[in-house]
Amino acid sequence: MYDSIILRTVARLMLPILLLLSLFMLVRGHNLPGGGFIGGLLAASAFILQIIAYGPVHVRRIIPVNFLGLAAVGVIFAAVWGLIGLVTGQAYMLAFWLKEPIPGIGKLGTPVLFDIGVYLTVIGVTTQLALVLAEEPILYPLRRRPVSADRVAPEA
Amino acid sequence: MAHHLFLPLIVPLLSASVATIIVRQHGWVRVIAVAATLFNLGYGAWLLVTIAATGRQVTQAAGWSAPFGITLVADGLSAIMLVLTALLTLVTIGYSFATVDARQERFYYYPLLLLLLFGCSGAFLTGDLFNLYVWFEILLVASFGLITLGGSRGQLEGGLKYVVLNLFGSICFLVGAGLLYGVAGTLNMAHLAERLSTIQDASLVTAVAGFFLVAFGSKAGLAPLFFWLPTSYHTPNIAVTALFGGLLTKVGIYALYRVFGTVFQSELARLAPLILVVAGVTMVVGVIGAMAQVNVRRILAFHIVSQVGYMAMGLGLVSVAGMTAGILFMAHNIVVKTALFLIGGAAEHLTGTGELKQMGGMARREPMLALLWLLASFALVGVPPLTGFFGKLGLIQAGLAQEQWLIVGVAATVSLFTLFSMLKIWNEVFWKKAYSDLSAMPRAGVGLLAPAAVLVAVSIAMGIGAAPTLEYSALAAEQVFDTASLVRDVCGPNGCEAVELAVGH
Repeated sequence: MYDSIILRTVARLMLPILLLLSLFMLVRGHNLPGGGFIGGLLAASAFILQIIAYGPVHVRRIIPVNFLGLAAVGVIFAAVWGLIGLVTGQAYMLAFWLKEPIPGIGKLGTPVLFDIGVYLTVIGVTTQLALVLAEEPILYPLRRRPVSADRVAPEA
Repeated sequence: MAHHLFLPLIVPLLSASVATIIVRQHGWVRVIAVAATLFNLGYGAWLLVTIAATGRQVTQAAGWSAPFGITLVADGLSAIMLVLTALLTLVTIGYSFATVDARQERFYYYPLLLLLLFGCSGAFLTGDLFNLYVWFEILLVASFGLITLGGSRGQLEGGLKYVVLNLFGSICFLVGAGLLYGVAGTLNMAHLAERLSTIQDASLVTAVAGFFLVAFGSKAGLAPLFFWLPTSYHTPNIAVTALFGGLLTKVGIYALYRVFGTVFQSELARLAPLILVVAGVTMVVGVIGAMAQVNVRRILAFHIVSQVGYMAMGLGLVSVAGMTAGILFMAHNIVVKTALFLIGGAAEHLTGTGELKQMGGMARREPMLALLWLLASFALVGVPPLTGFFGKLGLIQAGLAQEQWLIVGVAATVSLFTLFSMLKIWNEVFWKKAYSDLSAMPRAGVGLLAPAAVLVAVSIAMGIGAAPTLEYSALAAEQVFDTASLVRDVCGPNGCEAVELAVGH
């Protein structure tokens, strides 16, 4: 955590921009460069910027989410849409698309839903890693060896 | 197309995810873990029968045809490994009910076990070298979590060595896969098997094969890269040690069989003398290392190394007979090794220590446990009606038929030393008089005895039904070497090159 007014102001401004950018990356990803993985990293970087600027305690308070649970939800969400193919007697993860593209977003289908699962998983795992690393000094403080009288006593 | 091949992967993945979300509800997590493992066990048994009846099963993810998409292939060897993995995981989960405390359960013990099942099943089913790497990483990440669960000093020390040396193996694997893609332009195993036979620059392929040998050798625990194993396997939970000891090194052996038996067949013939030397050295070093140890689980860990040598010998003989015996020995060893760890671990759990000097008197106090130990250790050594005998017999017969006298001599001699170590544990833990009063010691309940009893029963059944198991191993070994039918099953009757040309590559 850096107590810097410049960083904190920028981090606060960047949070919505990065999150919007991550959503943009997510929805274009199945046809163009982008996708759930890169979108998830962008969203996680928005959270990590908050961790650096304000510290993990603050971030846990403003985003009260179980990130590991979020990652698990993402895995389930990504894996479930592949089952449609399996249930209908075709290959697992076979893509199903809507007939008409939706204006402004483009063609939608199960690969987009898979990408959303990946997006959630990447956000969950990356933010959880960063949070645990940032919280380590709070959870496991390094104990300095106490220099006390009883340490001197046996030698004397 | 056998699309159902994805089921034994989806079920553990989804159940691990659900178990992660509800990790605090211990009862439900246990139910989920048992249900998912039972499903995989049933599926594996069904797959064994199906493959015996109709041959190799193949599916392509998302319907992308073979050399382009993600291929899953199940043959006899895959099915054997799949069913044994599920069996071991199930037994381990049962043993964990009695031995793992609530704190570790809260730290994702069962989700990690399910992820390990997921990774191993994937490694046994994949038909693509890069995917094999990914599956290895999944099972390694799960095993990193399991081996350090509890966070004691010894565990972190053992875990660090385990992680560093396994990462070294992974790097070798990745470098090999990258080079191979540069040489051959594909990583699909069927396509590689087809294409490598036409490649002119054989020296580069030999170098790549060397990378794979080092990578899988270090994961399997072959000499000289086995030393991560005895330094880390005695530290975690007993249940975790049992599962790792039975399973993880054999994933490395499976990869050696698969990659060298199918993809690098011409390189296998070239590297065979080296593999035999490595196998012999591994057997001897493992068994001698075990003699110097005075801790139950350390002795057993060194024996894993020794027995991995036998499995490598099955590969090094480069024949269907050798591979058959190797597969049979591997199946036997997976079951028996885990049983020994569970029984020795139960004695350790009851006594509170694994040091031989401080144990004793278990035969009188827990006769059931002693009986199980005796049966399992005789099976390991290879006393005739039990499983170990047939695997070793097959290896020695194949070795004699191919006039590899030296490795046959080593294999036979090492068996005697294995007996010595097993008798050492028997004498110290079970037979000798206890130093202290054992009447205050907790009794071994069903939770400790039943899992090991199941495995010993499986081992005895495999020994009595040696003819069908041997037949199935022979079928599996033939399928591993039969690249022509693999190419036909994966890419269609014209081969993978034809598919690629048809797309206009």
